[in-house]
Amino acid sequence: MSSSTPALKARPRGQRPAGVSVALHAALIAASLVSLFPVLFVVYVSLRGRDGWQEPTRASGFSLSNYTHILGETAFLTWFGNSVVVALGATVLGVLVAATAGYAVSRMRFPGHRPLMWTFLVVQMFPMAVLIVPLYTILGQLELLDSYAGLILTYCSVSVPFCAWMLKGYFDTIPAEIDEAGRVDGLTPFGTFWRLILPLARPGLAVTGFYSFITAWGEVAFASQFMSSEDHYTLAVGLQTFVGQQKAEWGLMTAAAVLITVPAGLVFFLAQRHLVAGLTAGGTKG
Amino acid sequence: MSSLSASSAPDAPAAPAASAPSLTARVRRSFGTHWYAWAMVLPVVVVLAVLVGYPLGRGIYLSFTDANEANVARTIGVNHIDATYRFVGLDNYWKVLSGQEGHFWDRLGWTVVWTASCVFLHYTLGLGLALLLNRKVRFRGLYRVLLILPWAVPAFVATFSWRLMFNEKYGVLNAFLSGLGLDPVDWLGDSTLQKVSAVAVNTWLGVPFMMVAILGGLQAIPAELHEAAEMDGASPWQRFRHVTLPGLRSVSGTVILLGTIWTFNMFQVIYLLVGQGASSDSEILVTYSYRLAFQGVRDYAGSATYGILILSLLLVFAVFYRRMLDRQETTR
Repeated sequence: MSSSTPALKARPRGQRPAGVSVALHAALIAASLVSLFPVLFVVYVSLRGRDGWQEPTRASGFSLSNYTHILGETAFLTWFGNSVVVALGATVLGVLVAATAGYAVSRMRFPGHRPLMWTFLVVQMFPMAVLIVPLYTILGQLELLDSYAGLILTYCSVSVPFCAWMLKGYFDTIPAEIDEAGRVDGLTPFGTFWRLILPLARPGLAVTGFYSFITAWGEVAFASQFMSSEDHYTLAVGLQTFVGQQKAEWGLMTAAAVLITVPAGLVFFLAQRHLVAGLTAGGTKG
Repeated sequence: MSSLSASSAPDAPAAPAASAPSLTARVRRSFGTHWYAWAMVLPVVVVLAVLVGYPLGRGIYLSFTDANEANVARTIGVNHIDATYRFVGLDNYWKVLSGQEGHFWDRLGWTVVWTASCVFLHYTLGLGLALLLNRKVRFRGLYRVLLILPWAVPAFVATFSWRLMFNEKYGVLNAFLSGLGLDPVDWLGDSTLQKVSAVAVNTWLGVPFMMVAILGGLQAIPAELHEAAEMDGASPWQRFRHVTLPGLRSVSGTVILLGTIWTFNMFQVIYLLVGQGASSDSEILVTYSYRLAFQGVRDYAGSATYGILILSLLLVFAVFYRRMLDRQETTR
């Protein structure tokens, strides 16, 4: 190709002048610094002791006192446990309930198919402001305010349509021939789903579950209102108590931030590659 | 088949016999399939009806009443007080939309500016970074991980971290400014700067998602298309305009819709960064509605009205947006 038009093409495809390379790397390094800096800064402040945040530019006085303090003398571990329970509960319930529906929508054409897909999409548009007051009164009547069950149910209103939507996208990527093979072997539609498709969709289930976990993990509005006693706080509520209107324990806040982010971040990097594929697959084929 | 004609001959009469019941079998099977389909979607339908449908219905009802903290049913100690709020029809909507209530149009204006600027920045920065990462470049994997990092940080953690950096007296941003010999800036005090700061935080949080999504879209464009365009003598800009952008259309359509909805409803950043105290210019519709419901005299009806209006706006937007995309698709 390049030999036929040597005069036009001075350089082979895929190579570029050094100046362009430098500019490319400069742009990428600058962007990386912007994305990295706040994270590094928080880690750095967290290691500077309780008042180290007041002198952000001095590099001295390193200690782990913030970490020992929040682990030993605050309710951080309780909040952490609460967040884990609530987020796991919402995830498991959401994925379980949503999986069969996702499969049905992906494989079967039935009356109500389109309205259901439409509902999944529309519910994701719901601002929490629409639901929070009615849910608050309903949970109050059921005496589920300030309880794990109440918050888990609340988060299901977000996670169920989302999981169903994303899982539909995943099931779409599994060839329909597998279903047909299952039918030929005498499996019922549900048997096909349970024995053949679910095991194949395990990566999809994991990613979907992970996504609803992270959403519940970082939810602020519902948790702030529904969990009123301090030993039921989730992390998102508890963290607000470090830096309220009266006090500003930024040192403790940063240490907590690091401890919250590390486990979530690790799992995130394992899952993120599949995350976007699932999101956009569900969207484009809707 | 033809070579086995001798053995298949005895089966031949069976074929029409099988096709005759296959019609009824097909009907029965489709009924069976529907039955199964309905059974399989039932759990989701129940959950959505109980957790979304019923609250939504109640929310719509509340928006037609004058319910607030003082007149809803409540239990104080052992005494149960019945609800005394009244049905007021469209009164709430009229008050809000006609400007009597005084906040809606301001909040809406800022919410639209907030959403538009955030989504614009998310998309353009995400597209730019994705284009850079899509080239053959050394350390590409490392850059990718570093650039995705903000996505891995929960939004409430990130917002608090930025608040620390924005701190007027002890924040690192002002430390930089004074290092450059400039005056410190009250990032979260002044209402304009507050808005800029909020957009900055949300941009930091949102770019990685767009970048990864667009990168996936870029890699799905066949390399032959670019080669063919190059052979035809297209300039890099022409290739970007006529090969890359059309190739990204479906991904872009989805992520912009999702991004708009998410940003319009972005509660954490605004609430935790600026909107916790008294009324502030930087509040968007969602945080304002939340504050109506849970601060001061709790105005449940007003909050519900705002909620329904937000939902209607998003629905109208989504319908128009999808229609626009479809039209683009057909005119092409």
